[in-house]
Amino acid sequence: MGIIKAVNLIFDYIKRDEEEQIEEVDRAIDGLNLDIQEGSFVAILGHNGSGKSTFAKQVNGLLIPTEGTVLISGMDTRDENHIWDVRRTAGMVFQNPDNQIIGNVVEEDVGFGPENMGVPTEEIWKRVDESLEAVGMTAYRLKSPGKLSGGQKQRVAIAGVMAMKPKCIILDEPTAMLDPNGRKEVIRTVQELNRREHITVLLITHYMEEVVGADRVVVMDEGKMVMDGTPREIFSRVKELKEYRLDVPQVTELAFELRQAGLPLSKGILTMYELLGELVPYLKEQIRSQGE
Amino acid sequence: MSIRAVNLTHIYGQGTAFEQYALKNVNFEIQDGEFIGLIGHTGSGKSTLIQHLNGLLKATSGELYYNGENIYAHGYDMKGLRSKVGLVFQYPEHQLFEADVFSDVCFGPKNLNLSQGEIESRAKEALNLVGLDESFYKQSPFELSGGQKRRVAIAGVLAMKPDVLILDEPTAGLDPKGRDEILGQIEKLHREQGLTIILVSHSMEDMARYADRLIVMNKGEKMFDDTPRNVFRHYKELEAMGLAAPQITYIVQALRKEGIPVEEDLITVEEARDAILRLIGK
Repeated sequence: MGIIKAVNLIFDYIKRDEEEQIEEVDRAIDGLNLDIQEGSFVAILGHNGSGKSTFAKQVNGLLIPTEGTVLISGMDTRDENHIWDVRRTAGMVFQNPDNQIIGNVVEEDVGFGPENMGVPTEEIWKRVDESLEAVGMTAYRLKSPGKLSGGQKQRVAIAGVMAMKPKCIILDEPTAMLDPNGRKEVIRTVQELNRREHITVLLITHYMEEVVGADRVVVMDEGKMVMDGTPREIFSRVKELKEYRLDVPQVTELAFELRQAGLPLSKGILTMYELLGELVPYLKEQIRSQGE
Repeated sequence: MSIRAVNLTHIYGQGTAFEQYALKNVNFEIQDGEFIGLIGHTGSGKSTLIQHLNGLLKATSGELYYNGENIYAHGYDMKGLRSKVGLVFQYPEHQLFEADVFSDVCFGPKNLNLSQGEIESRAKEALNLVGLDESFYKQSPFELSGGQKRRVAIAGVLAMKPDVLILDEPTAGLDPKGRDEILGQIEKLHREQGLTIILVSHSMEDMARYADRLIVMNKGEKMFDDTPRNVFRHYKELEAMGLAAPQITYIVQALRKEGIPVEEDLITVEEARDAILRLIGK
């Protein structure tokens, strides 16, 4: 069984009027079944309102299922005795770096989580060291978080989660407010954590380029899982993605357009190197035969 | 009709230990009806710059002319300037506050001493321009989708009837379709209403598609000011500034390196596709 398991998950946002009568029910997740293997890097795509952030909040027990079950390392999120263990297992990083930093000094911010968990002081410092090292922010440990760039702040937020030693980290659009450099920084950090520390990563994003390196891509629409596969499988279905209001990376789109025009290219090309590897020999051959 | 900056300089914390140039001798002229893309990494001075354009910040030194008039001259009508140069901040939906969409859009013009009839007709026109029909008027702005909220916020600025519309990352946090919708609306306002647009964005792909001219800021200085095509030729310098060119630029450069004779300045998927197909006679 995977580290995160959702079984027939349903979640309704219930709006009540002043007399606590139910006024409106909005089904955000509608019968989701998902099993995520420990150590994998899973990206979740879906347009605004598709239910992906609601799902993220289910994973660390910020929201509790209306129906169905969410199991984190086998623990039911509905079981109040386990809620802290659930949150310790699955740490969360949000979109806005400014909303999740509380310390006046970077090292203090990173130590906040383990301190709250009652970790002994010596162990806290050890974890702060390790976490800052893991996100490449050791040089900034005595700086004020206010003076950092957006990408650096997000890396501090990730270090703060790491210091709680979670098995799994959920990132809800962690790069939406960052510039291209900051975006690269954060994604590279997350990929490293997954590869080196074998932390399970659940990345929610709107940027298709960030998904290319994932082990698995899940597409959500109307609270349901509508596509599930490797990035290559998913991005070879360009038309379907567009129907779900999503996009493909420019490289994939160019390859798709050229394929449509009859060029012999593989389906679901993801990187520039793949495209060039197929396109360059073909073009050279064509140009040579034109010359003859 | 234009916006002209002459040696525009802004220093934060002047005279303190934290003194920092946010803008350093910036010069440019923006003509009526242009679609300008403004790029630069976080802290490059672009947000500081746009806040000068409608007088929210005053330059430490240098001048700013709007339609030939120095906005720092004594007695200049700043309020008039702010209604002519509309600024849509990042995450503008956080500034929605009224009980329904229509009232929210009416708020701006209400402060202009207009008749009730004029206020309402402006709000209707503005909502129409961003593609929200009457079915939205009585809805609470807080129950709309992210893209819809953002359109309500933009309508609130349009209801002031600005000549220039400045948007600070209007697509941040929206899904790809939402991004296309907002940018499509902005493009339409530019084309049909002749609005001057100044768009701040981190998406080089969007810049390549929509902007006529790019202004690139780095460390408070203007580094490039040219068509997107010409600016993206400097992709290596852009990278050194923490920016990038569209993915297509990199593909085209790599093809040329392999000796494939495609034009150097292709910046969109469509352009690259057509150039490659032309090359092989399709």
